Amino acid sequence: MRAAFNKALLEIAKKDPRVYMILADIGYGEIEGFANAFPKRFINCGVAEQNMTGVACGVAMEGNIAITYSIANFPTLRCLEQIRNDVCYHKANVKIVIIGGGMAYGPLGISHHSTEDLAILRALPNMVVIAPCDIPEAIEATKAMMAYNGPVYYRCGYKKEPNVYDAPVKFTIGKANVIRDGKDATVIFTGTIGHNCKLAVEELAKKGIKCRLISMHTVKPIDVEAIKNAATQTGAIITVEEHNICGGLGSAVAEVLMDGGVGKVPFKRLALPDVNVSKIGSQKWLIEEYGLGVQHIAKAVKGILK
Amino acid sequence: MLESKNPKCRELAYQVKLNCLKMVYGGQSGHIGSMLSCAEILSVLYLKILRNITPEDAKNLERDRLIFSKGHGGGALFATLAELGYFPKEWLDTYYQDAGKLSGHISHHINGVEFSTGSLGHGMPVAAGMALVGYRTKQKHHVFCVVSDGDCNAGSTWEAIMLAGQHGWDNLTMIVDYNRLQALGNSEDIINLEPFDAKLRDFGWGVKTVEDGHDVNELEKALTKLPVEKGKPSAIICRTIKGKGVSFMEGNFNCHYGPVTKELYEKAVAEIKAKGI
Repeated sequence: MRAAFNKALLEIAKKDPRVYMILADIGYGEIEGFANAFPKRFINCGVAEQNMTGVACGVAMEGNIAITYSIANFPTLRCLEQIRNDVCYHKANVKIVIIGGGMAYGPLGISHHSTEDLAILRALPNMVVIAPCDIPEAIEATKAMMAYNGPVYYRCGYKKEPNVYDAPVKFTIGKANVIRDGKDATVIFTGTIGHNCKLAVEELAKKGIKCRLISMHTVKPIDVEAIKNAATQTGAIITVEEHNICGGLGSAVAEVLMDGGVGKVPFKRLALPDVNVSKIGSQKWLIEEYGLGVQHIAKAVKGILK
Repeated sequence: MLESKNPKCRELAYQVKLNCLKMVYGGQSGHIGSMLSCAEILSVLYLKILRNITPEDAKNLERDRLIFSKGHGGGALFATLAELGYFPKEWLDTYYQDAGKLSGHISHHINGVEFSTGSLGHGMPVAAGMALVGYRTKQKHHVFCVVSDGDCNAGSTWEAIMLAGQHGWDNLTMIVDYNRLQALGNSEDIINLEPFDAKLRDFGWGVKTVEDGHDVNELEKALTKLPVEKGKPSAIICRTIKGKGVSFMEGNFNCHYGPVTKELYEKAVAEIKAKGI
């Protein structure tokens, strides 16, 4: 996905001279295309994420679009105050892109996981939070993000994510996509965990349980209508995210359900437990270990429909 | 010669100081020492140095940019802007008050304020980003950033200093309001920046020290000839006195937070007035 993002960004930058890339010494093998094509619009700030974010804000304040880009937590948590005070408060046109959302960097360990980002970033005023699920969605999300004027957090995947969509992707910020329809239950996911959701829903379909599958690619602003429809038109809602159970997609959906007066629908959140991810292994293995595998999702749906 | 040129700067600084005292007393807020420390710096910048910025056209694309990173001293910037007509002077009376127009730290929602600050260490990276764009697109404007001692404790300030030095952005000038006092005491006892000029030179900056950062002539001289060295960003270290102009505040770190009572307020105003312009 990161290659697709970089390619899409490069295409946009060829047409739009306002696009700058502001790095903190991360991006080997991916960012060279941009750096070589637009050396005047590229800078490596060194391993200094606070400065990277402040510089990006200054670049954006001059009428440009500045991309900050790094691994998992690096361009978000280290420099959270710069994102809050400088980028969000000034509505600066800065796009914060992380590579390796969730546990994509698997065995590199907790320092390289991004598992609280959705909760933290969505709490910031003026911030848009996007997490594409597959490569086609990531490409369309990149175009939508770059066309939008204001701060965006973009939770990118890592490598070779399988497709979740069968059809071409339409992407509107804040408008969820229904990938498959059904009445028995709705599975709402965000990000690359979507593929497990897809497989779970397909498996359930074989057993006669028809699920609506929704990519909530924009966690903020969240699609209230899609959630309310799911609550009133289907038998249950299950949210799935590769993120701590606190404050992420599931919490955001629950807020809509309660505020919208449709909280009686059977509801369950599947997410990482509120622990530090200390087990060691690949993303695939960790997802199973922490209860977000295909069978876990299928079981949760069956369980809630009992 | 310069002496006769600058009565306006001294007059503005004088008014700014009186305004700041009134604002801080009215709002029962802190940071008066930080404001009195930079009144002359701001007066010289606005009357002599910053180009293409006016109250009517504060967002002119060719304006010199001023990032005021020591946001806690922003009362002085508000007072300067009010005196120059960027917004109604009456707004100063609402400083730090319920439903007031002006917050304790500066906000870009006020005409003339380039950037909101308040948490130290934020100004220099943003200024560096602005300088990067101006430098690479060959624009003529200059980017200034006023920092405090406390600002220079922050790693992010030094990250920006290293980056600007690395790339030689000589359209960027950092003005240090170097009063050597910070929230909890003497800077040299907390984080000693000395030898400050040597440090900055080692980081690739051209450096000039203004021995009396309250002397408007000296300030104007230093800020007129920029960059200090071609091909390098400039640092102007202004040796200032926290609480300048009020004997019981000068050099006293208690004036960073300490409240101003009616008695102290009247005494301070009397001292500023007695000294005159």
